[in-house]
Amino acid sequence: MNLILFTFIVLLGFTSYYFGRKKAYTIQSTKKRLTALPQFYGYYLAIWCAIPAFIIFSLWAIFEPTIVKLLILSDYSNQGYLDDELNLLYEKSKALSRGQFTGEITPFIEASAEKYLSLRSIAQSSKVVIVLSAIIASVAYAYKRISSNSRTREPVEKFLNAVLFTASLAAILTTVGIVFSLIFQTIDFFKVIPLFDFVFGTHWYPAKAFVRDSSEALDPTMYSDTFGAVPIFAGTFFIAFIAMCVAIPIGLMSGIYLAEYASTKVRQYAKPLIEILAGIPTVVYGFFAALTVGPFLKELGTSMGLEVSAESALAAGGVMGIMIIPFISSLSDDVITSVPQSLRDGSYAMGATKSETIKRVIFPAALPGIVGSILLGVSRAIGETMIVVMASGLAANLTLNPLESTSTITAQIVVILIGDQAFGDPKTQAAFALGMSLFLVTLCLNIVALRVVKKYREKYE
Amino acid sequence: MNKNKEQLLNKRYKAEQRFRLYGLSAIFMALLFLTIFIFKIFSTGYSAFQKTWLIVQVTFDAELMMLDQNPSKEDLQDADYYDIALKSMADLDPNANEDQENELKRMVSYFFEKEIKNELLNDPNLIGKTKEVYLTASDDLDQVFKGNYPRDLPEDQRRVSDYQLKIFDQLVANGKVESKFNISFFTNADSREAELAGIASSFMGSIFSILVCLMIAFPVAVLAAIYLEEFAPKNRFTDFIEVNINNLAAVPSIVFGLLGLGVLLAIFHLPRSTPLVGGITLSLMTLPTIIIAARASLKAVPPSIREAALAMGASRMQTTMHHTVPLSMPGTLSGTIIGLAQALGETAPLILIGMVAFVNTIPGSPMDPAASLPVQIYIWAESAERGFVEKVSACIMVLLGFLIIMNLFAQIIRHKFEKKWS
Repeated sequence: MNLILFTFIVLLGFTSYYFGRKKAYTIQSTKKRLTALPQFYGYYLAIWCAIPAFIIFSLWAIFEPTIVKLLILSDYSNQGYLDDELNLLYEKSKALSRGQFTGEITPFIEASAEKYLSLRSIAQSSKVVIVLSAIIASVAYAYKRISSNSRTREPVEKFLNAVLFTASLAAILTTVGIVFSLIFQTIDFFKVIPLFDFVFGTHWYPAKAFVRDSSEALDPTMYSDTFGAVPIFAGTFFIAFIAMCVAIPIGLMSGIYLAEYASTKVRQYAKPLIEILAGIPTVVYGFFAALTVGPFLKELGTSMGLEVSAESALAAGGVMGIMIIPFISSLSDDVITSVPQSLRDGSYAMGATKSETIKRVIFPAALPGIVGSILLGVSRAIGETMIVVMASGLAANLTLNPLESTSTITAQIVVILIGDQAFGDPKTQAAFALGMSLFLVTLCLNIVALRVVKKYREKYE
Repeated sequence: MNKNKEQLLNKRYKAEQRFRLYGLSAIFMALLFLTIFIFKIFSTGYSAFQKTWLIVQVTFDAELMMLDQNPSKEDLQDADYYDIALKSMADLDPNANEDQENELKRMVSYFFEKEIKNELLNDPNLIGKTKEVYLTASDDLDQVFKGNYPRDLPEDQRRVSDYQLKIFDQLVANGKVESKFNISFFTNADSREAELAGIASSFMGSIFSILVCLMIAFPVAVLAAIYLEEFAPKNRFTDFIEVNINNLAAVPSIVFGLLGLGVLLAIFHLPRSTPLVGGITLSLMTLPTIIIAARASLKAVPPSIREAALAMGASRMQTTMHHTVPLSMPGTLSGTIIGLAQALGETAPLILIGMVAFVNTIPGSPMDPAASLPVQIYIWAESAERGFVEKVSACIMVLLGFLIIMNLFAQIIRHKFEKKWS
């Protein structure tokens, strides 16, 4: 139904465009001077057709369900039902009206299902009437304005400008959406679990919180020693540290080599090849780490008499390091090439070798940019999910031994939220609290890194 | 004194050579990782494109199938194929006792009844006759035939019994085992049985998610880029938008998953596990990538183009829409494709919005539950069965193939259509 109406409105839009343009031509034929190109007359009418339709559609989408619900439940509001019960009854009658109801059908539900259907059809037909009359009214108004040959280009362009501006708000809306989706659950979580216990507690057993019988009231003392995030934070930074131990030397040295030593030919082939590493999906790295690197390290360790877990932090961190190499190498390559040639020439003129120039002149000059690229790499390592989920352990384990298994923020979020989630459960809320801390940490790292890189760029431009 | 100087110089030259070697070995290491990686995936994955079939004599005994003299098409549909299927497997070893007959049955997939049925439906004249029928081998025997199964394990540690292996070896010796291209890997949906599992459902899921993502992210991102690059006044607010975009590009993908879960599922009540929600989530993630690419290519259009249009009396909006934007399209499009390729490989946010559910039907629209290729990789990789290992690698090969095609496409658009201004 909605689709037919929508198609009809689109058709109306095209017709009004056509009539607007035609009107412009008739005005032109009476030797009057047009105020804009003929198609602007068309656009003007089409916009006046689209705006009321859009507004009414969105208002309907927002208010129709609420009003229908209010009308249905108003019959039963003084019969002593609780809010939750009323909601349940409403959902049941909605399901029944769609023919998807499987439970016991009571007269109450049947009656309200019928009422629901009739209300819906009233709403539907009144929507059609209102939308169409609004469109006719607004198009008639616009047509009158066109006939008096008033300006059309300016309003059309103003409208387009407003559309462009709205689109650019999408980025802000996304950020707001992220904060919004995280913050309420996080606040609820900290109502049950004190912030102090979360930040400084050393025991993380979210599975314990799952044993709770849902009919019992929430008892905060139950959760002491359940949501202490120290092992998770420690594991996250530890694995990121291992990853950076792999990525920084290899990434930085290959960046330097590509920028300073490599011939154009080598550079032309080696650079895209290394960047392939960044394009491989992380789930593939995770599979590689879990299937190949983990067992290999375990065997290697056993042959040297070491006890290595098959899901060691070393395997996950090492593979993550490989993934981050291209980020660091490309960024530091860019940064080094943008160091002015005069600095190099000065150093060579003093008799320094190439490596001495790199170490003593170029590297210090490029340091801020390189630090920025490393920080971006760290932020990537902290936020990386699939490698850890697949290759590192899932039990939180406070350890600094790279051969044991540890867990990270991202892995815990996945472990908690995979499958069905019950909103309002401290366990689910814990995942959002972890997500919030992840978001904040990476946000700080990103802001600092981007600012450092930007400052550096400005310095040599 | 002179000698000292020479020594020092030698030392410095040696240090120079060492440094150079470090750089070279770093690049070598990075490329070595890449090679090992690709080699490993291909060497474990290529065998999944072959499927092992057992050729078994089947007697279409009308009595066992409970059929009359002249059965109609419906009768054939409803006939009982289990007994003849069982019998034809048991006939492989006439001396088998009951337990062994059971083991014989487990040498083929549980789908064998259906395969025999299809054979008869294709040719109803077979009733009462005997024919050699191709039956899908069980995933363990499939692995044995491909040489991926450690046959020297003690019997109680492997899923194939000595008896099954003996019969299987006889079949191999008689040429009754054949390996053919595995079409069902591309046409079947996911299955709990490795020999029947295919990528069709997750492939369609990926396609739908990417389409939804494209339809949302591309228009919004291009409009936003046009505003920011061509119209936005330079003030604090537009700076704020810019900071936001740059930050979003670096926010971990799992946070977008939480956004999808907390807003799209919990507040807007969109259907769980569907490519629709997956696509919207991915589009929020791809948005900054496309905006950044589109802005860069708008910036690359030389000001002289704009000035020429303005000088001819075009308004700013006309200049932008008729000249700047069309000229910037190649760069924008290749940036979009690269962003979509990233979205195609994304797993974590899709797991959070429930696209990990076991789906054994092929989705027909973005509103049907589905998995996606990377999530399928995750699901299979977590499965313990040996038969899934090669499936994972094969699925990775398909995914990487798509990523390579998309990136090549982006390169071609960029090189073919982008104007070089100099």
